[in-house]
Amino acid sequence: MNAELKINGAKERQSGESPVAATAAVEAAGPRPAEGELATVERTYENLEMLAVNMGPQHPSTHGVLRLVLDLDGERVMRIRPVVGYLHSGKEKIAEIKTYHQFIPYTDRMDYMSPMAYNTGYVMTVEKLLGIEVTERCAFLRTILCEMARLSSHILFFATHALELGATSPFMYGFRDREPLYDLFEEISGARFTVSYMRVGGVWRDVPDGWLDRVRQFCDYFPNAVDDYEALLTRNEVFLQRTWGIGRISAADAIAMGISGPSLRASGVPWDIRKSHPYLAYDELDWNMVVEDGCDCYARYLVRIKEMRESVKIIRQCLDRFPDGPVNIDNPKVILPPREQLRHSMEALIHHFLLVSEGFWPPAGEVYHAIEAPKGELGFYLVSDGTPKAYRLGIRAPSFANLQALDRMCRGSLLADVVAVIGSLDLVLGDVDR
Amino acid sequence: MAAHEQIEKAVRDRFGEAVGAAAEFRGDLALTIRRDAIREVCLFLRDAPPLRFNYLSHVTAVDYLNMGRRPRFDVVYHLLSLEFYHRARLKVAIPENDLHVASVVEVWPTADWHERETFDMFGIVFDGHPNLTRILMPDEWQGHPLRKDFPVGGAKSFYFKRDTQPHAGEPPGFVPRIRIQDSDI
Repeated sequence: MNAELKINGAKERQSGESPVAATAAVEAAGPRPAEGELATVERTYENLEMLAVNMGPQHPSTHGVLRLVLDLDGERVMRIRPVVGYLHSGKEKIAEIKTYHQFIPYTDRMDYMSPMAYNTGYVMTVEKLLGIEVTERCAFLRTILCEMARLSSHILFFATHALELGATSPFMYGFRDREPLYDLFEEISGARFTVSYMRVGGVWRDVPDGWLDRVRQFCDYFPNAVDDYEALLTRNEVFLQRTWGIGRISAADAIAMGISGPSLRASGVPWDIRKSHPYLAYDELDWNMVVEDGCDCYARYLVRIKEMRESVKIIRQCLDRFPDGPVNIDNPKVILPPREQLRHSMEALIHHFLLVSEGFWPPAGEVYHAIEAPKGELGFYLVSDGTPKAYRLGIRAPSFANLQALDRMCRGSLLADVVAVIGSLDLVLGDVDR
Repeated sequence: MAAHEQIEKAVRDRFGEAVGAAAEFRGDLALTIRRDAIREVCLFLRDAPPLRFNYLSHVTAVDYLNMGRRPRFDVVYHLLSLEFYHRARLKVAIPENDLHVASVVEVWPTADWHERETFDMFGIVFDGHPNLTRILMPDEWQGHPLRKDFPVGGAKSFYFKRDTQPHAGEPPGFVPRIRIQDSDI
């Protein structure tokens, strides 16, 4: 091992005070390594005695089937080559043989931790192509559901990230609080994970009786749970040692590598699509974008913890202002008629038959629409030739772009830190591989 | 947020006839760029002060075979400015007999995987890319799945080979070395 090797944060940890001083305050952890010290590996690649180690695709801390080929010099990671595609299921190809409505269930299965957000992103792209606007009630309902999806995704991040770093209790706490969320999803959509709840022009059905009250009960309860989470991890000495100064990436690098979402905001870049290009009801609500400038795994953890509190704030406001009125648009050429009309309305029956058997005919053209999914910018690029099936659907998956930066974040760090960095990026392999 | 006309005008003033048709549909700006100018246009868009498209969202391609359009492919870039929050789409037409376009990895490093995926799915070669290999499909895969002439169910049965040796002397075209028989299971 070369003693001259300057490593992310590791040097600071070895010399001088421990990240957690006697006060156990985060501020006492001392300055993070300066920007210029990021991953300065002074030995050339050719001089090293490299050992290629395979990690995955069945490694428990790779969130699915991620495979990494690690080039190691001793315990130092000199390069990471991610090998993806084990979960590739050709969703972009499938979109070309399905009608617009038939493709909605496939969006559930991309990021299976936040299917509501993926449903919403897809149907909003089709709505943009059609040039229709959803009703106000639908916009508020979708906002609530997107934020609940963000909560469930961030809870899972908290639970599994801590588990990978050796803490078992946060996992139990996280899964305890995920259950009421999935009960709410099940109540409104009939499924816990693969919800397929959104429709082009609206949603599958209006909210069940009492559902909003139960969401409010969850909002009353959940901030206390976040307090629990913070008590477990935020000032935990072991957790700080595993994440403070680890996996750093500067703001400029993060932008260049195409990172988005909480991981980008943890590098000090104030960009959130909910603020920059507001959609649904976000611009009418009062909430703050969470930005941290730590650039490391700990900052990425903090951003997500704080975003959970902001999400609860957003849901509360939506509940307070939840409008009355129809939840679906009044356009029988796009959205299915209410079930009870089929028994006595000829037109409804015809529309139902046409929509189910053939689908609707959008104008020819191409649109790109991006939303802020829990993992980052989720974009759909839709090319229509005017027929009921998409001519081409390109999917900009946030995890796919975020995973690219793993190599840059881990170069020069210790092998054990790779697990921390993967966890802090919050990858979902169904999203990477599509 | 610069208006779409300003973006279009800035690019046209700088590159003249290398910029083809501009289209606006549902609030999206799409500029058609001549193939040999794409790298310079991207550099200009990234660095020009009123534009500053410093973020590349997505690179993909579209196969217009079924629409009967020539040239057959479009490579599509989605740009975003994190300073001004405006977006733009660039399109480069690629003929079927010369599937080459300059890589923009040096402009935005994030283009690396997006271009690999586009190569994997459409067979479009990005000149200057540091490591243009398949990314989602297996290395031994034949063909490019998102092309319109690639059948949805797959062109032929694909079997993963059971040996771990490198496949030296592999004959051209796909020949499965070991087929999984019913008796194997």
